[in-house]
Order: sequence, then structure tokens, then C-alpha cells
Amino acid sequence: MATLKVGLVSPEREIWSGEAKMVVAQTIEGQLGILPGHAPVLGVLLDGSVVKIEPADGGEAISAMVGSGFFSIAADEVSVLAEQAELGTEIDVSEARQRLQDALSESGDNPEEIATAERRARARLRAAGVDA
Amino acid sequence: MAQVRELRQQIKSVKSTAKITRAQEMIATSRIVKAQQAVAASKPYADQITQALSALVSHHVGIAHPLLQEQPADTRSAVLIITSDRGFCGAYNANVIREAESLIKALREQGRDPVPYVVGNKGITWYRFRDREVEQTWNGFSDRPAFADAETIGRRLAADFLKTDAEGGVGEIHVVYTEFVSMLTQQVQVRRLMPLEIEERTEGDGGSRALPAYEFEPSAEAALDLLLPNYVESRIFHMLLQSAASFQASVRRAMKSATDNANELLGVYTRQMNQARQAAITQEISEIVGGADALADSGGE
Repeated sequence: MATLKVGLVSPEREIWSGEAKMVVAQTIEGQLGILPGHAPVLGVLLDGSVVKIEPADGGEAISAMVGSGFFSIAADEVSVLAEQAELGTEIDVSEARQRLQDALSESGDNPEEIATAERRARARLRAAGVDA
Repeated sequence: MAQVRELRQQIKSVKSTAKITRAQEMIATSRIVKAQQAVAASKPYADQITQALSALVSHHVGIAHPLLQEQPADTRSAVLIITSDRGFCGAYNANVIREAESLIKALREQGRDPVPYVVGNKGITWYRFRDREVEQTWNGFSDRPAFADAETIGRRLAADFLKTDAEGGVGEIHVVYTEFVSMLTQQVQVRRLMPLEIEERTEGDGGSRALPAYEFEPSAEAALDLLLPNYVESRIFHMLLQSAASFQASVRRAMKSATDNANELLGVYTRQMNQARQAAITQEISEIVGGADALADSGGE
């Protein structure tokens, strides 16, 4: 069976790379499931969303929180580039909860920034496998 | 005897200096490796974003974005100068500043008005000492730049680029940084960062392969809006990392030659001390012999 070659990278390091059966990413317009043979797409990621990767070896699905970034699909190669990216397994849940609390209690004059902070905090919790 | 004691003291102090510079050299050597790893780790992102951007631009010929446009009306030019926070690195900062100064001079001759933006304490003090006007300074991360630092710089530069002269903006942005070629060679580079030039890449297999005809989600314009600033930030990040690696290499070289010089000096001093000691001993012997002769002469009578 055909597989996808996936790379999840942030500017500072490569966070995950390998073969996958399916990748789910969220754009500004909605979720997008990517299977092998997908048409070439370059999409803008929703800032503060979760990217799910199902490895080809049948291992456990990988979820990662992503901040501002984009993904490109071409010839069964998927690259997810995000300025902020964290694997769900690397997230400290109690710290993530705290950040969500901070974001919720924040009241500044820039509502857009606060909304992004909240979305990111929720995405971190979701990526860690906790309901938020 | 006094001379021997002085020399002994000198030797002691040179020895301890050599120990320190040797340690600095070792530290720098291990940090070069780390800095190189950081450069390597940032490569996938830089490659991907470059590829995506070239795909986007080549499929949408004539796509316009403010960051791509020449601004002939603005005569102010930003010069981003990347220096280090610390010294002990030989001519590293002097080279960058010399190159930056000649660029500033050249820009002035073209009738432009150069404005320096400085990264790193060494460059900041250089400009402050000469009472020169500096638009913005950043420091505290030259050893280990994080992407967030590149982001701060990139945002500020992009914002200034979009402003006009009257609002304190700039018409073009140049960067002076040091490229890490190898452990032994680092080169000061001058690059124009903005407006961006779209180059047709031909080298390597990445260039020869046809670029995929992407669909854009939600639109090509939205993708470009996101890609361009990120690309600029990733370029700046690359330059910061290269400069950090070069800085460590310069430290290593400077400290190695300091250690070598100290060891050489140690040899010279040791020889001088031995000579002085030998001379003193010889003199003592001849005094004793002379004294004994005199005694024998007087006692024999």
C-alpha cells in the first residue's frame, strides 16, 4: 500500500518524520484528511490546531499542537511547517492547563491575540489527549 | 637573585593565562559542534519554505505583495549588522563592522540614507561610542539564537519596510553577517534581504524537479501573506545561526593562538630564568674559589 512521507518541522528542529497512512490537519476553512494519492495542496494552518499523523507501521497515532504555519502536499510527501510545534507526548498537561487559565483570565486590548493564545492552549491540551 | 624570582612570577602568571585560554578554546570547540547542529536542524524548515515559495510564485506569475515590491521613492536603507555579545573572538566583530561601514559608505555615495540596525553588544557599543544614530538594537542571544529572536527582528524590519520614509520606514534592507564556511574559514557576507528577489534555482536535484502545481487553501494570496514573512524570518534565523557558529569558530581560533603564544612565552621565560640562575651559581662558585684562594694565600705565609 502506498504511504505518505511526512515531515513535521519547526524552524529550530525536525519534530517528527516518517511514513504515515493518513495525516489530518486543520486549515482556516476546516479539517482536511490527507491520504496517499492526494492532489498537491498548499494550505495555511489554523493557528492553534492539532495535526494528527497515523504512522504506516500501525503504531499509535501522533498528535501535535501547531501554531502559525502551513502544510504542503506533493507526490505523497506531506510537510507540515509550523513556527510553534509540540508533540502531544512532550506536553506537560498541568502546565498546559495553567496556560489555558492564563489565556482565559487575560483581558487586554488586543482580543485577537488573546483568542489565539486560548486556541493554542486548547490545542496543546487536545494534542496531549486531554479534553479542553 | 631578584631577577630569578621575578621571572618565576612571570612564568606562573603566563601559565595560568594559558590554562584559561586553553579552557576557553575547548569550550568554543564544543559549542561549534552545537552551533553546527542548530544550523543543520533548521535546514529542513528553510528548504521546505523556499520550495513552497518558489512553487507559489512560479505558478502565479505577477502575483503582487508589498514585500516583493521595489520602493524607489524611499531613500532610507536599513543595514542589519549582526555582531556578537562577547569579545575574545579575534577580528570577528571588527570584520563585520568594517564590511558594514563600507556598505554604509557605498550607499551614501549612491545618494541613499543608510540606517543601522544592530544585533549584539559589541556592535552596539561600537556605534554608541561613536555617537552614531542607530535605529534599533537587539542583544542577549548572539550565542544561541532562538527562532523567536529572528521573529522579533523580522517583524520589525518588515514593518519598517512597509512604511514610507516620512514615517521612519526604509526602502530596502541589507544584512551584514558572517557565513560559516568551515572550521577554518568564515566569511563576512553582505546580502539584500528586502525587497525579495525571486531567483530561479537550478542547482541540485531540488531545482531540476518540476514544481508541483499546488492548489491553495484558502487562497494563493492568503498563503503568500503567511509565507513571505515566515520566509524572511527563516532567512534571518539562518543568518543568526551562521553568525553564531562563526563566532564560536573565531573564539576557538583566537584562544588557540593565545594559548600557543603563552606556551612560546613560557619557553622564553624558562630559558631566561635558567640562564639567570646558572649565572648566579657560577658567580657564587667563583666567589668561593676566589675567597678560598685568598685565604690559602694569606694562611700559607
